[in-house]
Amino acid sequence: MGFYIVQVLTGLSSAAALFLVASGLSIIFGVTRVVNLAHGSFYMLGAYIAYSLIDLFGRGGLGFWGGIVLAAVAVGMIGAIVEVLILRRVYQAPELFQLVATFGVILVIQDIALLVWGAEDLVGHRAPGLTGAVDIMGTPLPAYDLALIAISPVVLAGLWLLFNRTRWGTLVRAATQDREMVGALGVNQAWLFTGTFFLGSMLAGLGGAVQLPKGGADLLMDFNVIAAAFVVVVVGGMGSIFGAFLAAVLIAELNAFGILVFPEITLVLMFLVMAVVLIFRPWGLLGSPEAPGQKGQQGPPEQPLRPAPVRVQMAGVAVVGFLALLPVVAGPFALVLTVDILIFALFAVSLHFIMGPGGMVSFGHAAYFGGGAYGAALLIHYANSNMESAMALGPVLAAVLALVFGWFCVRLSGVYLAMLTLAFAQVAWSVVFQWNDVTGGDDGLLYIVKSAWADTAQSWVPFYLLTAVLCLSAMLFLRRVLFSPFGYAMRACRDSELRSHAIGINVLEQRWLAFTLSGVAAGVAGSLYVFSKGSAFPDYMSIPLSFDALIMVLLGGVKTLLGPIVGAVTFTWIQDEISRFEYWRFFLGLAIILLVIAFPQGIAGFGRRYLGPWFGIRAEEAQ
Amino acid sequence: MTLVVDGLFKAFGGVQAVNNVSFRLDAGELLALIGPNGAGKTTCFNMLNGQLRPDAGSIRFFDNELAGVAPRKIWRLGVGRTFQITATFGSMTVRENVQMALMSYHRRLFALLPRAAALYVDEAMALLDRVGMADQADRPCSVLAYGDLKRVELAVALANEPRLLLMDEPTAGMAPKERVELMALTADIVAERKIAVLFTEHDMDVVFGHAGRILVLNRGQLIAEGNPAEVRENDQVREVYLGAELGHA
Amino acid sequence: MLEVTRLHVFYGRAHILADVALSVDKGEVVALLGRNGAGKSTTLKSVIGLLRPADGEIRFDGEPIAGQPSHVICRKGIGYVPEERRVFSDLTVLENLEVGRQAPRTGLPSWTTDRLFDLFPNLAELRTRPAGRMSGGEQQMLTIARTLMGNPRAVLLDEPSEGLAPVIVEQMAATITELKRAGLTVLLSEQNLRFATRVADRAYIIEKGRIRYEGTMDALMADESVRSAYLTV
Repeated sequence: MGFYIVQVLTGLSSAAALFLVASGLSIIFGVTRVVNLAHGSFYMLGAYIAYSLIDLFGRGGLGFWGGIVLAAVAVGMIGAIVEVLILRRVYQAPELFQLVATFGVILVIQDIALLVWGAEDLVGHRAPGLTGAVDIMGTPLPAYDLALIAISPVVLAGLWLLFNRTRWGTLVRAATQDREMVGALGVNQAWLFTGTFFLGSMLAGLGGAVQLPKGGADLLMDFNVIAAAFVVVVVGGMGSIFGAFLAAVLIAELNAFGILVFPEITLVLMFLVMAVVLIFRPWGLLGSPEAPGQKGQQGPPEQPLRPAPVRVQMAGVAVVGFLALLPVVAGPFALVLTVDILIFALFAVSLHFIMGPGGMVSFGHAAYFGGGAYGAALLIHYANSNMESAMALGPVLAAVLALVFGWFCVRLSGVYLAMLTLAFAQVAWSVVFQWNDVTGGDDGLLYIVKSAWADTAQSWVPFYLLTAVLCLSAMLFLRRVLFSPFGYAMRACRDSELRSHAIGINVLEQRWLAFTLSGVAAGVAGSLYVFSKGSAFPDYMSIPLSFDALIMVLLGGVKTLLGPIVGAVTFTWIQDEISRFEYWRFFLGLAIILLVIAFPQGIAGFGRRYLGPWFGIRAEEAQ
Repeated sequence: MTLVVDGLFKAFGGVQAVNNVSFRLDAGELLALIGPNGAGKTTCFNMLNGQLRPDAGSIRFFDNELAGVAPRKIWRLGVGRTFQITATFGSMTVRENVQMALMSYHRRLFALLPRAAALYVDEAMALLDRVGMADQADRPCSVLAYGDLKRVELAVALANEPRLLLMDEPTAGMAPKERVELMALTADIVAERKIAVLFTEHDMDVVFGHAGRILVLNRGQLIAEGNPAEVRENDQVREVYLGAELGHA
Repeated sequence: MLEVTRLHVFYGRAHILADVALSVDKGEVVALLGRNGAGKSTTLKSVIGLLRPADGEIRFDGEPIAGQPSHVICRKGIGYVPEERRVFSDLTVLENLEVGRQAPRTGLPSWTTDRLFDLFPNLAELRTRPAGRMSGGEQQMLTIARTLMGNPRAVLLDEPSEGLAPVIVEQMAATITELKRAGLTVLLSEQNLRFATRVADRAYIIEKGRIRYEGTMDALMADESVRSAYLTV
């Protein structure tokens, strides 16, 4: 009996950090509509800064708790600075564009943390007076767990009072619904946003700081917590603090007991919970549907699709010619880089297909890229397949994943859909990561050999040409689909779901097939990638790779068809150039932030505006 | 009889939004549904078009029961709709909006290779011509004047050769002159194609000028039904809806 | 009191307002008439700062306000009541009013919730009801009350009668007359000519982003040719 009680309490105590991080994320998103990918980084900073402060203040009661509180405040201030210096400049950009900037922040913070605190994991200080264990019916429970259990309700009550009993809280809740209107009623939105960022980041910092005695501090905390935090926010319902609390408890308890029953699937468990909750309550446990319209896209509406003008077609032919002649002039290094660029261009184009014209944002597109990669790798390893058939059949695994995950995802919209895609990608990643016997786990599947004719030990030219032909054909096929009735129907579902239903379009089926097509194209890219690298690793399905694709699409410009290609070329090339330096993440992050500020419509959007007329692209029509 | 609505009920959280509403509608008829804000017009409408499932009651459309059927299936049975706030595809041209409806009607939605812009051009242009929008066929819908958008919606609603048109505040947001023109156009089309029309409306000029028959809803119940003259003189309607002065057309 | 000159506004590359000029004197009720998409809402949004004019001047009490953020303009004493109501639907009536509250202004008696509940008796009974669960007419009253909590000297009303039942439209007209009596300056956009006639002193007609007519309400009603060109049948 005591054992089970302790298990319940352990679950409650691990809910604390999760709740703190998730509530901060939810508050920031609610008011500013920024999906703050850097929220995990704030959590990590909370742990590191608390570590240093406690060292500084001494390990007495005041030093410990003072260090934790000050660390939270410091992280809050860092969040506020990020908002003022970076995000404030890009609020006018299309929706979701801000998350590119927050991705840059992640990279910058990673390297700063590495520089300041080193690569070694830090073991947290123990809380003075709470170092022992409490005996509960014969089973010991760490005393500090009791403190953690107390923290969540206290913070929850504090937030409730703040939001329901203060003017600031009322303004924040109003801004969550209609921030423009709040401004027109005389409230300075800028400070409201900064205040929200301070509060949200502070909660993340507090979450990182309070778990220090239990979990310590390490450089992987940021990505490890962000997926869990997204899950909690979505399960609880966007914008609902109490929902976040319920969801954090639910997930932490499921983990605490799940680990007893099926230790292998704990990583997957929380994502399964999320999938189940969203099927029955598409807006989370305590959330409400997002009001359409008011929070939609910023800026002028998208223009009708027109066939490419002659000059654009000629430019396209010139690019193909250049790619065909490249092996004559370029050495193997340039060919390897171009292979990477082509593969990522297809990956980005496949994401853009559902994200732009389809209106379905995926935060977990690496699932299908990795699906294609592992599909091919498994065929080579277990079916003695040759390269050609593995490459052809590999994407089938991506298709199956996209069909299954897509069936759930297309029922949702907006940020809920995005979060669910992320959750499913994590499920896929966890399976690959933990199923050692089949996938090789973290060690991956090695020795994915190419056929003799494409052997890169001899020459990269044949494999390069194969990649170029496959990637270009796949991209052209997706482009063709956009101009077909299917592509039109997909855009119709995005433009007006109401009208689509009213002219007999089965919106779910339409979106489901679009999702699957996109997954297959990503799978083709993945199966090429696995042969170009000669091995398959769980990284190919990981969140960072999903985010890379997202950054390519947004950086390039989501409202143009060329955007994802321009984004993929820029991002892959910059990454290749920069990654030779030490602390390259810092500079890559900085480069991303600068690009975001310089090109708020995306690079291709910018190019279209200034070069478009010369290429014969029609200007928007005036009313 | 095109439409026979019988004993419709719908409650939200204890509030009876629609309470035992029954009426009939015949081909070629323009029937107006009016009432104060919150009287249940929209709820009633949304049950007819499939967005809401009634708690009780039946909606017979020729030989089909519509209660609880999905909107897209109701459309396939031959019910066209226009919306209070226009719903068109902003990233498409005027013609493409109509072509989209035609592609759906001809069940070509899953074709991956044909060029959509080349399909059903003549049919689309004929419909646009009928509503007076042929000259603007190539303009993006996102830049149209509001009154023109309403015409596009009408053309889209006609794409499946409907036998019933549901129009939610068809003239909301239009200038008085445009309102009359749009309703006159609707009345012409209804007469030539023998379509039945049910519409809600707040503009009394439109209601009393164009409706053949009027239903008045208040607190979820029908309080009056009749031709414009009868409804105008109804004391209860005057009290709860028309008011003393501004209501008079 | 409010003076707009040479106002040009673009949306993307669409030229929405071209050389709009209008003025409203203290204590006046002025109607801006025209159909949807003519530029009425755009004009009001430009005045309150929700849209940034490409060119032109907007002066309030002689002070230039064009291009400033909306909260700054609002704090100078201009209240804005949007079309389509835009109440904060999860917030109660009292909380909605709280969002609009600003410090009292010298020169005019300040609005309190009690005084507003006298003006809008319906709202008094609904103090703690979430705005999302009120009827369209009640919501429209709430948006006006919310704006008045900011103690504005001038109010911009965007289509106050749109989508309301005729009886509620009458109440709305009475409310605007009441505001005028309380000393407020009002600029409203409207399509309902009858309603405008009832409340306004002067009118402008806007069509395709340009002002086409300017005159007193009486003159407009007498001018059959103008009305038939832009407004009625």
